[in-house]
Amino acid sequence: MVNIKVNDIPVEVKEGTTILEACKQAKFNIPTLCYLKDINDIGACRVCVVEIKGIDRLVTSCNNVVKEGMEIYTNSPKVRESRRINIKMILSQHNCDCPTCPRSGNCQLQKIANDLESGIYDFKKKIPVNNWPKDFPLIRDESKCVKCMRCIQICDKIQSLNIWDIAKTGSRTTVNVSHGRNIKDADCALCGQCIIHCPTNALSSRDDKRPVFSQNGILSTRTKTTVVQVAPAVRTAWAESFNLNRKFATPARLAGALRAMGFDYVFDTTFSADLTIMEEGSELLERLKNPENYQWPMFTSCCPGWVRFLKSQYPEMTPCLSTAKSPQQMQGAIIKNYFADKIHEDPENIYSVSIMPCVAKKAECALPTMDSTGTGPDVDAVLNTREFINYLRSLNIDILDIPEDHFDSPIGDGTGAGVIFGATGGVMEAALRSAYYLTTGSNPEPDAFKNVRGLDGWKEATIELNGTELKVAIVSGLGNARKLIKAIKQGKVFYHFVEVMACPGGCVNGGGQPIHEGKEMADIRSKNLYFLDSTSEIRFSHENPDVLKVYDEYLEKPLSRLSHKLLHTDHDAWEMPLAPKKR
Amino acid sequence: MSRLKVMTKSRAESVVDDLYKDLERRIIASPPGLCPVDMTASFLKLFHAQTCGKCVPCRIGLGLLEDLLEDVLDGKASLETLDTIERTAKSIYDSADCAIGYEAARTVLKGLEGFRDDFIEHIQTGHCSCHLELPVPCVAKCPASVDIPGYISLVAQGRYQEAVTLIRKDNPFVTACALVCEHPCEEKCRRNFVDDAINIRGLKRYAVDHCGDIEPPICSPSTGKKIAIVGGGPSGLSAAYYLQQMGHQCTIFEQRKELGGMLYYGIPNYRLPKVRLKYDIDHILSTGVEVKCETSIGDDENQISFKMLTGNYDAVYVSIGAHTDKKLGIPGEDAKGVVSAVQMLRDIGEGNAPDFTGKNVIVVGGGNVAMDATRSAIRLGAKNVSVLYRRRKADMTALSDEIEAAIAEGAEILELHAPKRIEKNRKGHVVSMVADPKVIGLIRGGRPSPADSKEAELHIPCDIVIIAIGQDIVWEPFERAGLPVKRGRLLADDDCIMENCKGIFAGGDCVTGPATVIRAIAAGKVAAANIDSYLGFNHKIDCDVAIPDPSIENKPPCGRVNMKERNTTERKQDFDLVEIGMTCQEATQEAHRCLRCDHFGYGIFKGGRQEEW
Repeated sequence: MVNIKVNDIPVEVKEGTTILEACKQAKFNIPTLCYLKDINDIGACRVCVVEIKGIDRLVTSCNNVVKEGMEIYTNSPKVRESRRINIKMILSQHNCDCPTCPRSGNCQLQKIANDLESGIYDFKKKIPVNNWPKDFPLIRDESKCVKCMRCIQICDKIQSLNIWDIAKTGSRTTVNVSHGRNIKDADCALCGQCIIHCPTNALSSRDDKRPVFSQNGILSTRTKTTVVQVAPAVRTAWAESFNLNRKFATPARLAGALRAMGFDYVFDTTFSADLTIMEEGSELLERLKNPENYQWPMFTSCCPGWVRFLKSQYPEMTPCLSTAKSPQQMQGAIIKNYFADKIHEDPENIYSVSIMPCVAKKAECALPTMDSTGTGPDVDAVLNTREFINYLRSLNIDILDIPEDHFDSPIGDGTGAGVIFGATGGVMEAALRSAYYLTTGSNPEPDAFKNVRGLDGWKEATIELNGTELKVAIVSGLGNARKLIKAIKQGKVFYHFVEVMACPGGCVNGGGQPIHEGKEMADIRSKNLYFLDSTSEIRFSHENPDVLKVYDEYLEKPLSRLSHKLLHTDHDAWEMPLAPKKR
Repeated sequence: MSRLKVMTKSRAESVVDDLYKDLERRIIASPPGLCPVDMTASFLKLFHAQTCGKCVPCRIGLGLLEDLLEDVLDGKASLETLDTIERTAKSIYDSADCAIGYEAARTVLKGLEGFRDDFIEHIQTGHCSCHLELPVPCVAKCPASVDIPGYISLVAQGRYQEAVTLIRKDNPFVTACALVCEHPCEEKCRRNFVDDAINIRGLKRYAVDHCGDIEPPICSPSTGKKIAIVGGGPSGLSAAYYLQQMGHQCTIFEQRKELGGMLYYGIPNYRLPKVRLKYDIDHILSTGVEVKCETSIGDDENQISFKMLTGNYDAVYVSIGAHTDKKLGIPGEDAKGVVSAVQMLRDIGEGNAPDFTGKNVIVVGGGNVAMDATRSAIRLGAKNVSVLYRRRKADMTALSDEIEAAIAEGAEILELHAPKRIEKNRKGHVVSMVADPKVIGLIRGGRPSPADSKEAELHIPCDIVIIAIGQDIVWEPFERAGLPVKRGRLLADDDCIMENCKGIFAGGDCVTGPATVIRAIAAGKVAAANIDSYLGFNHKIDCDVAIPDPSIENKPPCGRVNMKERNTTERKQDFDLVEIGMTCQEATQEAHRCLRCDHFGYGIFKGGRQEEW
């Protein structure tokens, strides 16, 4: 232990504690801008500086550790002066269009500048010019970038993709796509982790609200039947921005909010999550019957960020991907075929929107392979949780007045197994519940496979199914995915079935989810999903009555010809930029 | 009013003079990887401030050039801009009145010629390809990438054993480098921004002088692979040290009696005592290297054929160094009493030191080997030792410390004299050296060239002539064995791989030509890594030494601790070590001067520490 004084108050902290942490323990918070615990502690912004008795110059608290006898001042005039001036320097290059900025009120730069009482602005402004393709799902706004380098570090250290890098030198030093590439030519997975770790709005996802909500948008012109689906992970995050508790912000309330927006039909993607289990699970059992015909393991394909990763980093392993579409695209295909028939509507007269926790889904819906009717995309627009929240806020309705509503049938209801798709391990657990039934003919305990839950980046399990051993693994975060693939390639591990989600913790921590500075939300959000599962009436995908009905009335059975046409895809039918050579 | 006044500096002037000195140090320590276009634009701003303002091209033109360069940097330029820059700069060069103007323009023209690609890249892509990839200057400049801030911080804490272990992760010749490394690490030390570079070599010396006995490193389980290493110098031994740790069995074939190559046979004992070198070599051999001394590779009967090596080993590393002497090619060179420096130093190394008592000795050359020969000749009893060099003393390639030491020990530097012929007596023994006086002339390729003078030739009576004008490589047997050779050197890439020679690697002096020990060591390290990969492995070399967190302390400007030497009259009588290591107080103070660029600045963000390789 080390004895120090913070603002004259003696404290004892563990050796090796950073000054920042030590001061926090002494109940003195220090503002930080570039700092991201364990990921970016590079002391770039110089906002977290403190004064130390006997030391001439200020010291960053985020990346320096305490020493016995250290006397720290977190708020001396010298400290406050430097913090203020440094923030003003950053503001001299920052596009301060705050009122219209989507991050207004949730921007770390704005908060610090406000808190510090930065006062009259006295530097000449020099805002860098932006140059970025506006039609790409990931948007970078140079004029908002504070060069904190978090995006570079997240992409390097957590996702192992190295999409971002320092560009230019000297006074022009900035961040841009690595190797001088255009983002469209880069092997970006579109996980959006850089977005949710950006302290400002320098990184965001493409705003796709206009064709849906604007005056000329589909909800206003009503030229088509409008259908919306909402992903499992959205229900555990949307209420954060309205400070609603779990009891109030039920999935039914979410359905009510969507209804209030004016959609004709409100569906739950949990339905097609259950459908995915039927298709993907059957595919796995099929592959296991003739193992020599397949490359192993079988990878899940529900995460489009992961699919982009695999195709760009290890294209030779693309055949390992399940051919099953993601739940979003299954739902889209079912909407424009089965559901269109049901309501006697031409598919081109249906406008299908999805609300997703994701950025990559914006690219997925536009793939050439995702047009099952030949009349246009199965999902016309993908909005993420943040866009949904922003629009809901713009409606100025009192959330507390929104009544609970039901999801529409016949393709609207999901089971507890479908709900947990939003968390790492959830797809695997749902699949195992049904695989157990399909091989043994009876249901397991619903929580029999709960050992695949949790936020560990790489989990594994061996399950006995009717006498055969099934080796499975679950990874989340693309850095972990790379580790797993390397180990598979080196022959160090073998699995039959691997679930991969690009975002650490799964969709609950997706790149399209609400942003909370300095907080990782995966834990609390996934707990909510498991709570919803535990309180569901039905907890097995193969017992979903809507799913059974679709098979009965339309698809016939999993892996049928029609299922293949609508619910499966060819991952080789589109090109993904390859990873740069020499890694 | 007085008619004349003694000139005195104004306060502002003397402060600006101080600032110039600061700037000089700043430029010396400028980090590698900066954008040359940006630097040129910045220089222009400085040059423009220097203008007297009288002539148009300098007063106005330099500013316009500055703007044009800024356009390039801001991505607002086209290829036409480049043309405008060139025409403007040429015109300023042609028409400015004084050197302040035309030399400024020449800087820009030099840049257009030297890094035109960078200009074009800026124009076409809006950015340049420059990247600060190695942000810790000392580590970036060390060919072996030794973790210098790491071991300095360990020295500061008195953890000498761990410091040496950390160094050995990248360089097994800790002692040899502590004593004779040319320390390129110090060149761009960021401490120059404050006062002066850290004495890195001195701190290494302190660590290795006080580290005590260290256990041999733990080697990976045997892979069953066998590697032949031709040449037991610093490069071959370094490769063997790391390959053994990776689990491969190495056999070194050394043609001489002792291992160490030039470290043993080229560097005199007073700079690197044999017993200290042995400490490094013993540690390397403790990993289980097999050694076959007095075994040479070639086509003769008593030699081992290269074919035998490729047939019996899984990989071969050729690191034979550069051990033969270059000839002057002047009449009389065959006279008795004319020896090559390489031969003389080798004889001393083998214990057959010649006796120069009372002799007049001339050493031809201006490099470090020439200084080694000079200082050794003094120690062998020579009456007079003169160094004959065709350029100026200032142009000598030897380290200035070495030249100064030689002078202090009594050597005479005969600069601007080119050897013409050697005169011998009837017995065929050298009696004098005839030299042509030279004048220093135009600068070509960055160095001033000696030009003929109209003065008469000089006769210098002498008994011994030592020729130290460079070394060559015995490449012929290797070319006959099918290895690629170019301009008298073995041809290998910077990964030590030889084209079309599967499993054969080469590095060190035999590839680069005579260079420094640290470059040879680095080549051995590179070869080890690439041989391991070639054999299908991915062994990592690391060490479990925890680097201390930087302590928060003031860093006031403070003089650099230089190492002292034994006094001249005493030291020139013997071959004992001349340099005296730092005291504990000195080492601790010097270590605390380190600015920890692994933690402060870019180092903590990217590329600050390579924990394994």
